[in-house]
This record gives sequence, structure tokens and C-alpha cells, in this order.
Amino acid sequence: MTTWPILSVVTFLPLVGALLVYVSRGDDEAAQRNSRWIALWTTVITFAVSLILIARFDPSVADFQFVEKAPWLANTITYHMGVDGISLPFVILTTALMPFCIIASWKVTSRVREYMIAFLVLETLMVGTFSALDLVLFYLFFEGGLIPMFLIIGVWGGPRRVYASFKFFLYTLLGSVLMLLAIMALYWNGGTTDIPTLMHTTVPRSLQTWAWLAFFASFAVKMPMWPVHTWLPDAHVEAPTAGSVILAAILLKMGGYGFLRFSLPMFPLASHDFAPLIFTLSVVAIVYTSLVALMQEDMKKLIAYSSVAHMGFVTMGIFAGTIQGVAGGVFQMISHGIVSGALFLCVGIVYDRMHTREIAAYGGLVNRMPLYALVFMIFTMANVGLPGTSGFVGEFMTLLGTFRMSITTAVFASLGVILSAAYALWLYRKVVFGPLVKPSLMSIKDLTFREGLTLFPLVALTILFGVYPKPVLDMSAASVQQLVNNYNTAVTAVKAAALLQ
Amino acid sequence: MVQAIVFLPLLGAILAGLIAIFGAHARNPSGDTVEHHDDAHGHGDAHASAAHDDHAPDDHGHDDHHVSEPPAQGSRAAELITTALLFVSCALSWFALVDVGFLHHEARIALFPWINSGDLQVSWALRVDTLTAVMLVVVTTVSSLVHLYSIGYMDEDPHRPRFFGYLSLFTFAMLMLVTADNLVQMYFGWEGVGLASYLLIGFWYLRPSANAAAIKAFVVNRVGDFGFGLGIFAVFFLVGSTDFETIFAAAPSLAGKTINFVGWQADALTLACLLLFMGAMGKSAQFLLHTWLPDAMEGPTPVSALIHAATMVTAGVFMVARLSPLFELAPNAQAVVMLVGATTAFFAATVGLVQNDIKRIVAYSTCSQLGYMFVAMGAGAYSVGMFHLFTHAFFKALLFLGSGSVIYAMHHEQDIRHMGGLWRKIPYTYAVMVVGTLALTGFPLTAGYFSKDAIIESAYASHNPFAMYGFLMTIIAAALTSFYSWRLIFKTFHGQPHDEKHYEAAHESPLWMLIPIGVLAVGSIAAGFPFKELFAGHGIEEFFRESVKMNPHIVEEMHHIPQTIAFLPTVMMVLGFLVSYLFYIRRPYLPVELANSQPMLNQFLLNKWYFDELYDLILVRPTKWLGRFLWKKGDGWFIDGFGPDGVSARVFDITRNAVKIQTGYLYHYAFAMLIGVAGLITWFMFGLGGQ
Repeated sequence: MTTWPILSVVTFLPLVGALLVYVSRGDDEAAQRNSRWIALWTTVITFAVSLILIARFDPSVADFQFVEKAPWLANTITYHMGVDGISLPFVILTTALMPFCIIASWKVTSRVREYMIAFLVLETLMVGTFSALDLVLFYLFFEGGLIPMFLIIGVWGGPRRVYASFKFFLYTLLGSVLMLLAIMALYWNGGTTDIPTLMHTTVPRSLQTWAWLAFFASFAVKMPMWPVHTWLPDAHVEAPTAGSVILAAILLKMGGYGFLRFSLPMFPLASHDFAPLIFTLSVVAIVYTSLVALMQEDMKKLIAYSSVAHMGFVTMGIFAGTIQGVAGGVFQMISHGIVSGALFLCVGIVYDRMHTREIAAYGGLVNRMPLYALVFMIFTMANVGLPGTSGFVGEFMTLLGTFRMSITTAVFASLGVILSAAYALWLYRKVVFGPLVKPSLMSIKDLTFREGLTLFPLVALTILFGVYPKPVLDMSAASVQQLVNNYNTAVTAVKAAALLQ
Repeated sequence: MVQAIVFLPLLGAILAGLIAIFGAHARNPSGDTVEHHDDAHGHGDAHASAAHDDHAPDDHGHDDHHVSEPPAQGSRAAELITTALLFVSCALSWFALVDVGFLHHEARIALFPWINSGDLQVSWALRVDTLTAVMLVVVTTVSSLVHLYSIGYMDEDPHRPRFFGYLSLFTFAMLMLVTADNLVQMYFGWEGVGLASYLLIGFWYLRPSANAAAIKAFVVNRVGDFGFGLGIFAVFFLVGSTDFETIFAAAPSLAGKTINFVGWQADALTLACLLLFMGAMGKSAQFLLHTWLPDAMEGPTPVSALIHAATMVTAGVFMVARLSPLFELAPNAQAVVMLVGATTAFFAATVGLVQNDIKRIVAYSTCSQLGYMFVAMGAGAYSVGMFHLFTHAFFKALLFLGSGSVIYAMHHEQDIRHMGGLWRKIPYTYAVMVVGTLALTGFPLTAGYFSKDAIIESAYASHNPFAMYGFLMTIIAAALTSFYSWRLIFKTFHGQPHDEKHYEAAHESPLWMLIPIGVLAVGSIAAGFPFKELFAGHGIEEFFRESVKMNPHIVEEMHHIPQTIAFLPTVMMVLGFLVSYLFYIRRPYLPVELANSQPMLNQFLLNKWYFDELYDLILVRPTKWLGRFLWKKGDGWFIDGFGPDGVSARVFDITRNAVKIQTGYLYHYAFAMLIGVAGLITWFMFGLGGQ
């Protein structure tokens, strides 16, 4: 029924916007203003177009929709795009958050044009990652996203931006080299780089193990899983606000998406074999990083560490291989995208005013910033996983799904429930509550209209998805069901064969 | 009708919240620039916060809030809206109790789906059976009276719209909890009341002690919720559903099943019940997880009455009653319930003996009475526990609000050592406090008399392995309760005034406050006898029907216990009163001498059995140490050191050495080449050539 390539339009529209920004010459005030407005309109229109995807998406179909296919390179590599219930939420998340990032960056003054171009290019690459259905195409988008992010941190970042951006780059690059090898191995095995075909190609067990590990290296870094998470706090701390938002909300989700798109469907046996490893790493991530978060002195670092903990729930749920686990993983990623993005926006708001992220530099903000206090409270509670906010649904489902597979994992992961309350409330208390005594804070002012514009829609979504998560769950239900069925069939078949011998 | 009961408070909360936030926003300018000029101290708000700060360090709660801000606009509107909506909700609740309890019109109203994924199907639904209806009445009655009371009590506070918004939000969450039709929705209400409690304890956010208490309450509750959550997962694992109907229907078939739980081969039902009970322990401040409740007294007194006495803390009791079909099948879990309940009843009563803060005495008393309720739950006499919950709500709310009235009269003095002789100044408050004390101690024919005696009887009659322990503890606690309750009365209202200035200025509270206390005083007397048969007599079957699953023999056996046993609680009550009278009226030097002759015991009790210190030592400090260790050593030294930083350092070393090799002298290169060729030839000759 698709008459025009909506998906490609959504993917490449930001690139068009970037081109427009590029051609609008000049570096004076007017040119800066123009580039801001162009970027904003581009992202808003992209989001509007992506809404057509939702409207036309048939949630009862598990397979890929809006498929576009055209020959591209060397006969086998095709330009193949499409989304299913697992990738569509991420596409929408990306397009929905971009306008907020642009608005949040309104006050950027250095190299505005380049800044906007970097973000628009990044959007294309991110949407592309989630909708590519060819391994090579996926790899291009996936790795391409590194470059604008590297620049965003390295050019517009804080004082230690060079260290942070290189750390970020090195970590991710190391993983992706291995992934490239695995992609080649898959091509030799299946004779194609077409993802849907590969999902139905059985991979020999030995290759499964190696390919799984290679993909794991890449996705685990992106996720990030313990112990390859240390790039994240540094990257977050140094990145500009909007960069942190994108990093936390979308780039991290590429790892989880990769597990769902490649590891589970293509290497079910290896996934099953390695599930205990994933469980262990996830639990360690949840407990370890929550403990570390407790002791942080920098607001962004604290939230970054809590992100690692929350991603631990995602990996745990995904590799539990149960419907609730996988669907919960998807939901948790979407929810975390909204909530952690919003938390970084909150940090950005006070950072813009005071130019410090030191927790100790704040205190008593509620006395002069009641709106800010309210909004921050809601996101803090969502971060804690309070029922009624979106944070709860994902956490609950992943834990529930995991309990069926490994009770021990679920028990230790539940410790995160206690620890998250401790660090999140501690942060809130130090920053927002208490008397306002620091002289530097005396004249701080409440949210502006522009800042409200970035935060209130996210508040609404957080509560809406907490009370009524059905839109997201339904969107992904059929695809998740199919994924879990295929996974279970593959695993049971092997188990049955092993029993026969 | 049920929707109205539940959602009217939410409506009130939203409206009051909007008034609060718009008002606050109007007073505080927007802007993303900060003017950095040094005369910022001249600003009005700076004075305000400095004034608050001066007061902040004196830790032990004085219900006090120096007013230097004008009250928020729309305060009166917010008060009236929330209070009026609550009264409507309350009226409907009483109607619902009659409708459900006597006319047998149970209701189950499906609202809309919540979490649907595979076989996990959770919906928002309201379920009203007798058990729920009783809770509805308790919650809305106390809540509406507390709303009314707060209009008077908080009249000097500049943040009233926010306060009333929180109160109504709490009521909504509590109503969602009691009307839940599945475990997950119950968890929603459970955490929702936790949130409201957190916000209300920390209502005076300028005080460090209030903030600390709020966080403590939330986190300790989360420890319980850790168990509650796992309990839900375990039930879902076993039954494949979280709906109460399905769970109860499937429960009998689960007998004998086992689960491997972290290396322990546990009986499935026992395990699920124990995990769920852990949640109840947290919320109801039972032994080991009780430490947050006394600290929660940092909140305004109406909050203590509503949340930390009458409603929220009884959620754990309600939960066990709601899940009685599960607990009845898990006798080992019941044994634990009774053990914990009895221990709490005794422990909290001992601590209550020596406290000097009027609110903390009542708080420990609450803790102790919750223990009583759990003893009944452990005995399988669920309706009896609910009976005590019902009566306790009245007299404990009364005691708290009465204490609030005393505190208000004394200009926010809470230490009973500074009071005395107050009965002449505030006779009305004195009278209702005595009524509350009579009910609490179980004076014949008051509400507490019927419910507390029934619990002690049920403990005696039950076949729980800890039945004797439960009986002894509750009996001893009865004497202790009587002692510390009368101590409070005597030290506050009798004897000589210890602080003349405060005494002279003491005055009776406004009508806003006196009316609710009066209503509760009537309830403290009248909530017992008329309901006796329904909760603890022959009317249970007819009244509760399917909503709780009683131990089939307990009620019968309760009625056949020896007469002497039945009189024992009353004897203990009199004993406690007499000792108290002796200590604080006749021979006031006796307690001092006793304390001096037993310094160890006195300190042990004064420091609440050293639980806070113990937890700080074995939990809080190690956690912090571990967090710092993992951060600095784990992330910084190990992962980064051997990971990216280490690698980049090694790369640096290698390149530096490689640079050294390139000397530029031809003979160096020639020599290296020669060595290389020699090596290659050797390898070919012996390595490959050998084969």
C-alpha cells in the first residue's frame, strides 16, 4: 500500500536539512538563527512524517513493513530498508527526541551551523541504523553514527572532551572491527547480506559461537555492559546537553537493538549458551553501577551510571528469551530513552545557569525553581521505577520475564530497585531540597518557556506510558512473539536432538 | 460510585497541585540567565531561607515552620476543594460498606488494560468486597477528618495548596491499593502511598532532618518492596497470572510444589507468602524494617495521623488479609508472620516506655499495635486483625491529632518533659486524649478493648508453632502499652508545668481541629461493640464471606478459652496504669532512680535497641565504602587502567621504543637485517626443512 518510500524519506530528510544549513552561508547572527530554525523545522517535519509510519503500521503483522529494496553494490549488497514492531519504536523515539535536542541547543553560540549539521547527519544515521535490512547498510549507518557523535563531544564538549571523545571512539571502534569480521563470516556462510534472509538461515553452531561473540563485542560496548562501560560516564560528562540526550536516549539503544535483531534471531543457540554470561554481566552491571552511582559527585556522572544499571535490566530481559523479558527490554529502552534524556535535559538546565555539574554546588533549588523541582521529581521517580511512570513497566516486565528463566538473576537484579531509590533520591535532595543558601544560587530563575517546551511533553509521555503502555507494547507485540517463538523453537530442537543421542 | 470514591481524591490532588504549582511559579520568575551580583542577600527570599536555615539544625522535630513567606494564593480554595471532595468520597464509602457488607453487592469494575504481554495480562480494575469496603471506610473517614483538621493545624504554613495536594494524592494511592484486583495494581498503590509518604515527611524541605527521614522511609520501604516484587514474580511464575481470583483458585493445587530459590529448595507457597510478607513488613514497619517509622514523625502531625498511624502502615496488614487464601495454605509463612508480629508488639512497646517526644511515643505505640494485628494474621484470624485495624485507625488517629493539638497549644513544643499540668489549659484536648488512651489500652467497652482482647485470645487459641510466644508477647505488651500511654497523659497533662512560658501561652486549638478530634473520640468508643460480632464473632461468615479465608476453627476456639485467660489483658492494663500512676503521680522520683540503677537497660531502650547504629554499621557504611571502592578502584584503576588508558599507555611505550631503534646509522640497520636473515634461514632449515 506504500506508494512512496516513507522510510527513506524519514531517514534522509534530516540530511536534506543538513544540506540546507550547509548552503546557508555566513557566520553572523542571522545565519546562526537561520540554521537553528532550519534544523528545528527539519526535525519537526521528520517527526511528522514518521507519524505516518505509525498510522500505516499494521501491528498484527510480525514481518517487516514499508520495505524498500533496490540493487546497490556488487549484486549481493542491496539497499534494503524496512521496519518491524521491534525497530519502529526506536525510529519514532529518534525522530521524536530530535526536536527537543534542537530546542535544548538553542543557546549554543559557537559554530552553530556545524553543530546543527552534525545533529541532522546523526539523525539520518540513527534512523538508518534502525531501519536498515542489509548487513552492510546497517554497518555503515551503525558505525557512521560514531563520527558525528565523536565530533559533538570533541568540539562542543567540556574541558576533558578530547580524552572523552577518544575513549568513546576507541571503545566502540574495537567492538565494530570484530563485528565487521562477523558480518563477512555471515556472508560467506549464507551468501547474502540480506538481514531477513539471514534471520531464517541456520548458522552452524561453531560459527554461531564466534559470530555471537563478535557481535557481542560491538553491542556490549554500545549498550554499555559491564565491564566495558567506563567510556559512558566520561562521554556524558563532557558532551553538551543535547549530545548527552542523544547518547543516552538513542545511541545506547543501538546495542540492545542489535541484540534483538542479530544475536537472538541469527544465533539462537549461542544466545542460549551465553545467556548465563549475559545474566551475570547484567546483574553485576545493575548492582555495581548502582553502588558507584551512590558515590558520585557529578550530576551527569550519576545519571550516566544509573543508565548503565538500567541497561542491565534490558540485556537481562532480552536474553531471558521470554515474551515479557524481550517486550520488557524493548519497553525499558524506550522508557529509558525518554526518562534519561529528560534527566540530562534537567541537568543541562541548571548547567546553563551555573556552569557546573558539581552536586555540591547546588541545593535548595525548589525555593526559586518550583516548576523545575516538579519536573525533576517526576523524572527522578521514573528513574527509580515508581509504578505509574514508564520506568516501572520496563523494569517490572524484564524482571518478571527473567524470573521464569533464572530466579537467582532476578533476585540479585531486584537489588537495583533498592539502590536506585537511594541514589536518585539522594541526588534530588542534594540539588533541589534544603535551604537555598549558596550566594551564587540566590538569583537563579525558573524554567523558561523554551525549557518547558522540551520537558513537559516528556513528562506527559512518561506518565502516559506508565499508566497506559499499550501503544508501545502492542506495536512490538507481534514481532516480539515471532522472535521469541523462533528462538524457543531453535533452542528446543537442539535440546531434543541432544536428548535423542 | 466506586469510581467516585477512588477518583475524587485524585481530582482534588490535581486541582490543589495546579493551584500550588501555578502559585509557586507566579512568585518565582522564569529565566535562563543568572545575574551574578553580590548583593543577592538583599533579596527577600534570601532572608526567608536564612531564617529557615537557622532553625534547621535543631534536629528533633518541632512541628515548626517560621513563617516569613506570605501564604500561597488560593490556599483556601485548595483546602476547601480537597476537603469537600474527600467528604463526598467518605460518605459514599460508608454507603458502600452497607451495600457490600450487608446487602452483598460486591463489585468489580474493569477500567482499562495496563500491561499486556503474552500471558501477562494486567488491567486497571476496582474490586470492592467487604474487606475492601472496610478499608475504604477507614481510609476516607480518617482522611477527610485529617483534611479538616489540617485546615486549622497548617494555617500558618505558606505552602498549604501543596500540602493538601499531597494529602489527597496519598488518599488516592491508598484507595487504589485497597481496591486493587491484582497484585500489580496493589503494588502501584503500595508505591504510590510510599511516594506520598516521602513527599509529606519531607514536606518541610528546608530541614535536613526531614529530608533524611523522607529518604529513609522510601528506601527502607523499598527493601520491603524488593520482597514484594519478587513475591509477585514468584506468584506469576507459579500461577501465570496476577489476578486475585485466578491466584486464589489455583492456590490449593500449588501445595507441595517447590521452587529452587537461590540454592534453597523452598516450598513454593511458603516462599511466595514470605516474599510478599517482606513487603508488608516494610510498609507496616515491622521488626527489622521498622526504623523508618519513628523518623517519619518529622512530617507534619496530621500526616503522622493519617499515614503513619491509621492508613498506610496498615497496608501490610490489609495485604496479608487480602492474600489470606495463600497464607492459609502456607502454615510456615503464618508462623513467621506471628513471630514477627509478636516480636514487634513487644519490642516497640519497650522502646515506647522511655521516649520523651510526644509523637515518637505514639509512633512506637503504632508500631506495637501493628504487631498485634500481625499476630492475629498469623493465627489465621484475619477478620480479628482487621477489627483491630479498624478500631486502631480511630483511636490512633485521635491520639496523633490530640498530640498535634497539644503541640499546637504549646507552640510547637514536642518534648513531654517540658509539659505538665496542661489539663487546666486545654481541657477538651485532655478529655479526648484520655478517651484515646482508654481505647488504646483496652479499657472495657471502648473500641480497643474488643479488638485487642480478641487478638490476644486468637493468639492463645491458635495452633501456630509460635502461638504461646505470640500470646505472651502480646500480654506483656498490653501492660507496657498501658504504662507508656498513661505516662504520656500524666507527664503532659498532670503534675506541675515544667515550662512556665509555654504553659502560660497554651491555648485550645481552633474549631477546625477540635471537631475532627471529637468525631474520632466518638469513634474510639463506638467502633468496638457494634462491630464486634461482625469482625470477631458469629457474624464473620455473613459479613466477610469470600473476601477473607479464615482459619476454619479459630473463631470457635477463641470463644472457648479459659475465663482467666480472657481476663488477663484487662488485668495487665490495670497493672500498667497503676505502675504508671505510682511512677508519675505519686512517686515522681521513682523513674529517675530506676533509670539510674539500670543505666544499661535505660540506654538500650532510649537508643531503640541500637538498630539505627547497627544498620549504619553493617549496611550503610559498607555500601558507601563499596561504592567508592568500585568507582575508584574498579572503574578507575582496574577497568580503565588495564583497558583504554592502559592500552594507550602501552601503545605510547611501544612507539617510543620503536622510535629509539631508528637510530639512522646504516650499520645498525645492516646488522638488524643480517640477524633477521640468519633467523629466517635457521627457521626454514630446522622448522620446515626437518619434516
